[in-house]
Amino acid sequence: MNNQLKIEMAALAENVSLARVVATAFIAPLDPSVGEISDIKTAVSEAVTNAIIHGYGGNTGTVALDLFNNGREITIVISDEGVGIEDIASAREPLFTTKPDMERSGLGFTVMESFMDSVHVISTPGGGTRVTMHKKLGEHSKNE
Amino acid sequence: MGIQLDIQGRVMVATLEGELDHHQAERLRPQLDTAFENSPCKHLVLDMGEVSFMDSSGIGMIIGRYKNAEKRGGQLTLACMNSSLAKLFEFSGLQKIVHSTATVSDAIAKMEGGK
Ligand SMILES: Nc1ncnc2c1ncn2[C@@H]1O[C@H](COP(=O)(O)OP(=O)(O)OP(=O)(O)O)[C@@H](O)[C@H]1O
Ligand SMILES: [Mg+2]
Repeated sequence: MNNQLKIEMAALAENVSLARVVATAFIAPLDPSVGEISDIKTAVSEAVTNAIIHGYGGNTGTVALDLFNNGREITIVISDEGVGIEDIASAREPLFTTKPDMERSGLGFTVMESFMDSVHVISTPGGGTRVTMHKKLGEHSKNE
Repeated sequence: MGIQLDIQGRVMVATLEGELDHHQAERLRPQLDTAFENSPCKHLVLDMGEVSFMDSSGIGMIIGRYKNAEKRGGQLTLACMNSSLAKLFEFSGLQKIVHSTATVSDAIAKMEGGK
């Protein structure tokens, strides 16, 4: 079964939990394990939070969440039209943050990379950022 | 996200409930800091038993509270984390500076031992 879902949300902190709920509901028919659900929820939360706080930095804007599955292969795309990232390689380094004063620790990208199978980032300064993540769900039953 | 505070000697126990993400961390931070500053406590225990989700924003919030406790000569301990919280906690490297215990009473005992 292949499926697809796209939602767009206002760049509000409240909406991150909504994005997690939507991603969890989208993968639910595939009977993911508890660990897989938690990994995907966390990765979505990281990328959507980044779009809101870094991409738009408190300004209004729209964040898109695109979900696809090809069998048990999940693809998640989170995009914004915010400020973009100057140096993607540095941004992806563990502990790199441009907002240490806001109690950020620079772990978001590292979490996405370790909780998902792959993470691809495209960004244009002034144009926005698009994060594409893949994860292949295991072939186990739900209660494993 | 709910928060409940309890003072036991020099230890403040904050019981958190819900999903600890950026939005909830922002709401929680001032409540927790005001209560801690106005208390005689130097140690802080965060009871995570009813926290169902946490991401890096939660880690950032915890590091900030760790620093506050340290400023008062105290410590921070996390109690009752579920396995997905524990995974992120270990992954972040936080377990090197912040203690974690299975129960709140273990956390209190640990900190009162250190006075
Ligand atoms: N969507 C985005 N738009 C603009 N800049 C971004 C975006 N996502 C990430 N960044 C930049 O990349 C840096 C690293 O992001 P990462 O999520 O790893 O850490 P953080 O958000 O700063 O901290 P944490 O995720 O631990 O709270 C950010 O500090 C920011 O400068
Ligand atoms: Mg982040």
